[in-house]
Order: sequence, then C-alpha cells, then structure tokens
Amino acid sequence: MIIDHPLLGPRDAAEFIYLGDAALIDRPDWQDEDAADKFYEYGYLRDNIAGKMQELWYHEQGDRSWLVVTRDTLTHEITDVEMARNVARARGRSK
Amino acid sequence: MSQINRIKGGLIDRSQSLDFTFNGKTMQGHAGDTLASALLANGQVLVGRSFKYHRPRGIFTAGSEEPNALVQLRTGAAQEPNTRATVAELFDGLAATSQNHRGPLGFDMMAVTDLLSPFLSAGFYYKTFMWPKAFWEKLYEPAIRHSAGLGRLSMQEDPDTYDKGFLHCDLLVIGAGPSGLVAALAAARSGARVILADEDFAPGGRLNAETLEVDGMAGADWAAQTVAELASMDNVRLMTRTTIYGAYDHGIYGALERRTDHLPGAGGKPRQILWRIYSKRAVLAAGAIERPIAFGNNDRPGIMLAGAVRTYVNRYGVTPGQRVAVLTNNDDGWRTAADLAAKGVEVRAIIDTRDAPAVCDVPGARHVRGAGVVDTSGRSALKRITLTDGQMIDVDCLAVSGGWNPAVHLTCHQRGRPVWNDDISAFVPGRDLPQGMVVAGAANGQLTLAAALAEGREAANAQVKDLGFTASRKAAPKAEDEAYEGAPKWHIASGKTRAWVDLQNDVTVKDIKQSHQEGFRSVEHLKRYTTTGMATDQGKTSNIPAMAIMAECSGKSIPETGTTIFRPPYTPIPIGALAGRARGTDFRPYRLTPSHEWAKANGATFIEVGNWLRAQWFVKGSEAGWRDSVDREVLNTRQSVGICDVTTLGKIDVQGKDAAEFLNKVYANGFAKLAVGRVRYGIMLREDGICYEDGTTARMGENHFVMTTTTANAVLVFRRMEFARQCLWPDMDVHLISTTDAWAQFAVAGPNARKLLSKIVDDTQDMSNEGFPFMACGEITVCGGTPARLFRISFSGELAYEIAVPARYGNSMIEALVKAGEEFDAAPYGLEALGVMRIEKGHAAGNELDGRITAHNLGMGRMVSSKKDCIGKTLSERPEMNREDAEKMVGFRPVDRSQKLIAGSHFINKGDEANMANDQGWMTSVAYSPSLEHSIGLGFIKSGDTRMGEIVRAVSPVHNIEMEVEIVSAHFIDPEGERLRA
Repeated sequence: MIIDHPLLGPRDAAEFIYLGDAALIDRPDWQDEDAADKFYEYGYLRDNIAGKMQELWYHEQGDRSWLVVTRDTLTHEITDVEMARNVARARGRSK
Repeated sequence: MSQINRIKGGLIDRSQSLDFTFNGKTMQGHAGDTLASALLANGQVLVGRSFKYHRPRGIFTAGSEEPNALVQLRTGAAQEPNTRATVAELFDGLAATSQNHRGPLGFDMMAVTDLLSPFLSAGFYYKTFMWPKAFWEKLYEPAIRHSAGLGRLSMQEDPDTYDKGFLHCDLLVIGAGPSGLVAALAAARSGARVILADEDFAPGGRLNAETLEVDGMAGADWAAQTVAELASMDNVRLMTRTTIYGAYDHGIYGALERRTDHLPGAGGKPRQILWRIYSKRAVLAAGAIERPIAFGNNDRPGIMLAGAVRTYVNRYGVTPGQRVAVLTNNDDGWRTAADLAAKGVEVRAIIDTRDAPAVCDVPGARHVRGAGVVDTSGRSALKRITLTDGQMIDVDCLAVSGGWNPAVHLTCHQRGRPVWNDDISAFVPGRDLPQGMVVAGAANGQLTLAAALAEGREAANAQVKDLGFTASRKAAPKAEDEAYEGAPKWHIASGKTRAWVDLQNDVTVKDIKQSHQEGFRSVEHLKRYTTTGMATDQGKTSNIPAMAIMAECSGKSIPETGTTIFRPPYTPIPIGALAGRARGTDFRPYRLTPSHEWAKANGATFIEVGNWLRAQWFVKGSEAGWRDSVDREVLNTRQSVGICDVTTLGKIDVQGKDAAEFLNKVYANGFAKLAVGRVRYGIMLREDGICYEDGTTARMGENHFVMTTTTANAVLVFRRMEFARQCLWPDMDVHLISTTDAWAQFAVAGPNARKLLSKIVDDTQDMSNEGFPFMACGEITVCGGTPARLFRISFSGELAYEIAVPARYGNSMIEALVKAGEEFDAAPYGLEALGVMRIEKGHAAGNELDGRITAHNLGMGRMVSSKKDCIGKTLSERPEMNREDAEKMVGFRPVDRSQKLIAGSHFINKGDEANMANDQGWMTSVAYSPSLEHSIGLGFIKSGDTRMGEIVRAVSPVHNIEMEVEIVSAHFIDPEGERLRA
C-alpha cells in the first residue's frame, strides 16, 4: 500500500507501523466519575470495521509522524491522510 | 542421437550449436532454443513421470503454463528441481535430469502405482489410510510422500546471490505480445515513463509463434523492429526474462527478473532480482492460455496443445512429430495443421468435434467431422489414436485445441472475479480490477490479432491521457483478424479409459465426477478434494476444464457453477529471491557497541541482545568455563571495580517547556519535581495497568531530560512516547530524539569506582560524595576537555557511575578507563556478571517484567502516583490487580545451599500436591552468587512480602526436580543501600 503522507508525499506502507482504530486518540479523563468504565471501553472495546475506517499509522522509518489514515479495510482504498496531532486538536485534546 | 526433428525456419541461431545433457546423454541444440524445444529436436519425447501414478509424460505446452515437463537443472549445490523445460533457456553445458522415478526414466519401478489406480482415486488418502490411526504418521504418510512427488533439493546451501530493487513508472505494460508492444509504444510516444516486462527471453509473444503478418511484414519481424524502437527510447525500460508475478495494492507490482539463469554461471552477479514496481497505471497484456480436451489416455508423450505445436514449428524450427493429427473444437486448431503442412510435416488427420465444413485446405490431411479421440496407445510415446467411430490412425504427435482462456490471473489478485463470456466460452476479466489496471488483447478476450493490436493502443492512450500526457495519434499497425470460432467441448466420453484433466496432479474426469457424487459442490471444495489446480502450474491448463466438467455433472452452466480466482505468484518464485541478501547473519544485521573491537581483542564472548551483540563475559588467563570468568568479574567488581559497556540501553532526549509535565504522564511515578542535576528511577505502565518498562531519567536542565530505557524496549518506548506527545497531549511543548547511537556509555562500579573516575574526570567536577552524591548527574569533561555526561546510578548495588561520551570516543574511553584502573585491578565485566549482580541486588529486569506484572506485584504499588494522571493509572487501580494475596516479588534461596535453583519452577506449599490448583507463584531469575557462594533466585509468590523465612517447595515438573526453598528479601546484598551511597 501507499500512504500519501501530508508532509512527505506518497510513501510505501512498509515504512509505517500500524496501531489500529483512531479512537485511541480519545483517551478518557482520569477524573471523570465513571473513569474506570470509560478506560475499560477505551482499552478493550475496539471497533473492527469492514469498510471505511480511521486508523493510526506511525511513520517509524520516516519522520516519526503519527497519521490518521482513512482506509477501506475491504478494498484498501485510502481516502484521507491527516496528521494525528491535528486530528487530536480538532477532537479537543490539548495538554 | 542427432536433431532428427529439426526442420527449416524458426528464430533460432543455427550458427551457434550448444551441447547439453539430459539424464547424462549429450545432445545438441541452438541458441534461441528452450530445453523443451531442444529435447524435441533430438526426438526426446519422454521427459518425466507423473506426480501420482508415475505415468510417462512428455512436453505439453511451450510456455510457463507447462504441467508435465518438470526437470532438474544443473548439478551440485546449484541444482534446481521442478523447473519447466518449456521456459528454461538452453545454454552450452546445461545438465538436465528427469524427476520422480526410481530406476531409469524409461522403466520407472514406481510405475506399479498406475496399476493400483482403482484404489487411488480422488481423496484416497482420506479413506484408505484411516486405520490403525497410528499408522498414518509412521507408515502411510512417509510412504506416500516417498512415492509421490516432484524433484529433489540438493540439500546444500544455495550458491547464488539474489537482489531486490525498486522501480517507478507512469505505465507498466505486462506482456510484450502484440497488444503489449503496441501499448508500450503508444505510451512511450506520449512521453510517459514506461516499463515493458515479459517472462520470455524473446519479446513478441504469439507473434514469434505464428505466421501472421503485421504492417505487411512477418509478425516476428515487426515485433523485433518495435522492440528495437522501444529500446532506443530513454523513457522506456524493457525487461525481458521478467515475470510480473503479483498485483498488489495501489499500483504496486511484484516482478522477478532472471538475470543469469540462461548463462552457464552467474559470474558473481545476482542470479535473479525481485523488483517492486510502483506504477501509476498498468496495461495487462498477458495473452491467453490454450486449454486441452480430455479423452481416453490423453496424457501420452506426443500429445500436445495445438498452439504449442505451432510454437515449436514456427519459432524453434522443430516438429514435435513426423506423423501428426489435430484434434480441435475451434478454427484456431486448423492453423496448426496448415502451418505443419506448410513446413512439409505430414498431417494425417484433422478431427474436428464440430460437424462443420473444413476451415482451410490442408494438403494430405483427412478431415473427420463431428468426431473425437477416445483412446490412444504407445507405452512411452504416442503410437496410435482411436476415434469415436472406432477407426485408428498411426501418429506420433496429436495436437489438441480446446479453445483459449484469457490469462486473467493478475486481474484477480485484489479479489477481482472474472466473468463468463459466451462468445469465446471463457472467463474474461471482470470490472473490479486492481487499482490503475486496464486489460488489453487476448487477456481481455480479444483473441484475434487486429483486435488485440487496436485494443493495446486504445488502452495505453486512455491510460496516459488520464495521467495528463498527450496521446500519440499514430494508428495501430495493420493486421488481419484470423478465424477463431469454436464450440465448447471439454471432454470426450471414453468409456472406462481414464481421461486426464489435470496432468500435473493426475486428476481424471472420473475423479471430478466422483467428487461431485460425494457432495463437493463448490469449486473450491473440488480443488481441494481432487487437488486439481495445485502445484507449480496452478491449474493454468486444467482449472477451467475441471469446472466445466463439474458444471456438466450438476446440470448447471459454468458461470452458475462458479469461478475460481488466483493468488500471487503467477509462476513459482524461488525462496532465495524472496530472501534476497537477507541470508545468514545478513538476515538481521548486528549492531555493535563502541567497545566491540576492544572487547573482541580482550577475550569477550558475545551474545545477541535484540539487534545488539554484547560482551557476555571476558575470559582471563586459564579460566576454563564461563562460570570461572563470571564469578571473577562479580567478585572483582564487588571488591574493587569493574567496567561494563551499557551503550545498548535506549537513550531518549526529552526537551521542551512541558518536558517535566510530559514525563509525569508517561511515567507512573512523579518527575515534575525532580531537581536539576538529579536522576530518578521510574516505571512505565501500559494503558491496561501492566508494568512494561523501567529505567532512569536524569534532569540535565530545567527543560532537558535524558531518559534511559531497557535495551529491548528502546524502540517501543520511543514509539509510545511519540504517540502520547502527538495524539494524547498535542499542545505540550515537548520534543523527543533517540540518542541511543549518539553516546557510548560505560558503567564503572565497585568500591574503587570513584578513585578510578577521578583520574579521568577533569578537575572542574567535584567528585566527592557530597559534591556528586548518589543519583546525581551532570555535564562534565573528561581526559582534558572531552565532553561527557556522568550519572551516579547503580544497577549492581555498588558505588557506581555511568559515564557517557560521544559515540566516536567510545573505544578510546574503554581504553582510558581500563588503563586508569590498572592500579585497582579494574576488569571489564559482561552481561552475565551484570545479571548476577542485579539478582543479588534484587532489581527486576525482563524476566520479571513479562507482560503480566503490575507495580503492586513488584512491591512498587505506591510509586503509582495518586495525585496525577499517567498512562495506565486508572486501570491499574482495578481491585483484582491490587489483591492482598497477589504474587509479590521476593528472593529465594535453597534450604540445602548446595542445590541449584531452577528458573521457571513453581512454588507449592509444603504438604500440598504439586498441581495448578495449589500453585503459589513462580521463579523468574536464578544465579549462582559468588558473593554468597550459593544459588539465589528472584520470583513471585502469593503475599510474598509477609512470608519471610517460610519454607516452600520449588517444583519443576519439566526437569522432574523439586527442592525446598526459603523466602527471603530480594535484596541479597547490602539491603540498606550503604554501598551505593558510600
């Protein structure tokens, strides 16, 4: 597969490490009342979608960017590649 | 034997004669021959024995689809089994041998299996060899494996080298037949970067095998002219002897280029190159593969596909027989008869399964309408055929044509499904092609020349236009469309005589019918039950006929019955080519520490640690066993001073205004308040609360930390920290760089460590215990100005430092340290002594942090700060992970001090039966302590921290050993920590 890195252009997937569902960005707040339940869901309950899915890929053999790749798991078609940091900020993460 | 079947014409170079041997017999061929064409020229019709029944077999095709003519090439270590004679290019001195027979090829003692065939039909081994059960593994399977099979490996190391490479292009054209050549030329004229690849050594495809004309010249001449033009263009890469074996995601193709297989020796060059081709677009012009018709005894040497007969006659100047008959269900088969007759070869009969008028006039040949062949005779070569009406004809070659199947293989590699086309009674590529691919020519069902040429041009022009190039306006070359019509005929009823569908796997029409009767309705089940379509040819000539017969059985149409799709590789790829240069120690290159050469010169034995080679121990004087060296290194360190290269530990530079806050997130314990110039030990948790890593981090400045990780986790920790930085806390001002390779680092440990280092460290640094106390760190200079970092940390439990210098000074540093230490008898120590000392001191390491252990288990539960968030914090608080009776890390010593503890032993309370229900915990690390002069161990045992002095049993059922052990503190040496603070 080829991942079109937002900064570096098209790169072979062999340069990347795959992590999985981009929901891993949405780490719960430890001070929430039901933090234990939320962390349980965050840690163990992962969607495994047959179709379009947002995934985390790490450019380990490259610039070390974490990317959010929107990929169809049935066809491997990649429709969007974003910097994970920007996605995280857009989802309200900061410090 | 001379070349009795050599006839005039062909594309071979008769001025170059090549000697080769087959089963030791010397024969001659010419440059431009394949092994198959040269064998046929010499009248060698029998070339092998079949897989299951050891039936005599000959050459069946003229291409990579060959099911029969598998031979062993070359001798000695370079011997290669299961090579198709039809694609092996002849060279001077080639040595080939036939396979799968005991005794001579002409009298195979295993041929007796053919007589047993009534008992060996489809699935026989599932039914016949059931009882007694134990016999399968010990008797039946070895016997079957011995009797059935292909070639033999040399059992020696492959003497050749293989390379890998990467190529990029705008358009990849797969196949250099008529449509491929036109496509490549059209695209090249537009200015696009083109790669044209073909598995053959002579580009041209069927043009080299036919007598058709293109642009008013012989097709082969037009092909040669076009190839010359392409070769002269800078934007074209012409790759012959190159098989595109797989279509992968996003326009990536796998290719195998055979560089030296056609030469007597590789001459030190890579034999083959495995290419990964990145294409923006591709044109698949892989052509078509002729299919046979099944009839009684249709497997004898001399029975050959009709198109292959034409190839041998027209391209190689060889006739496969002197008296030939043609069996066909289509117009194309007639051309074989016509071409043979034109070359003066006797054609005795054309048997057309259709009741239709003659397609063309073939002098001297009888036309038998609406008939078929039901039987043949001739033990090791065809002698006679019997027709449906009972008449017999003496022939030594029968050319068979059952129509052509487009080579759709690569269109299926991304799960595309071919669709049935009634006009040509064959599957053609479906719509869901691999990204960027279009199909042209015969591969797309355009089985005639003019149509193939036109489609090749159109396909390439459409592709390059899509990429923004201006397509060339030049018209496609002129050619005629030849007659190709046919009526499907898959097999001819032949009574009880066996009719073969898959020659490579010895599958008959009866086997397929039987599998249907037994309820195997899916094509995929049929394949697996009968083994149709397996092995080196992957059913290129047999899959479709097998499906057609299955469809007949069920009374359905072929498309209703289903289709089968193909996986890579298109043809077999040697494992050596997939491995490339990654063989032996090059499979995974070693990383060497800066003191490696020094250690090698000083008696070190090395051990692999991840990618690293680390010194395990140093042999000194007359030390005979490793324990002698390790015991000495430990005692020397504890009594005076030792030096150890610890460069392999991961080092991560953490900088930024939020660096301290960031470390608070990734470490379970607090780092925000760590003072500048101080080091702290930390543990890291996974998000599920399990402890996965420990190490020390030094605060070099307000916004600058230097973290060390374990050797094994250096990459993982860095990856997870980048994840935390970018995905979890994206606005933190913190930056990470791995500096593992940038610094050479040495531990200097022992009572004399300070005295030794004081001789090296420049005077500007106060080395006193007050000036540089335990857990201090600082930027210093050594040896008169060389920059260095000094950390007062201790893994051994002794007064100890770690000193780091830029990696390029690493070798000098070890020499300087050893020299400065001469007066203290300083000695280097290796990984074993390091391990012994950390067990003596009770430090957890990889054996303890095995992915199941929490901080609570380690007795470090209170280190997980309750005042701040950190990765793993919330889930580490789950009640089950904090049970009172949880396994706790403690030390163990044998009650009988002379006994040797065993790592992996499980603890059982005295008086309990040794079973899992009574399991109390397990031993993780053991060592002989030279300081205490007995065996010691670390391990986890339930409520261990409250059971000091208790005696339990350490049981190892694997070794069948158990012994009594006493639970003690994990800190065997200096439990109060006085030495390291001295």
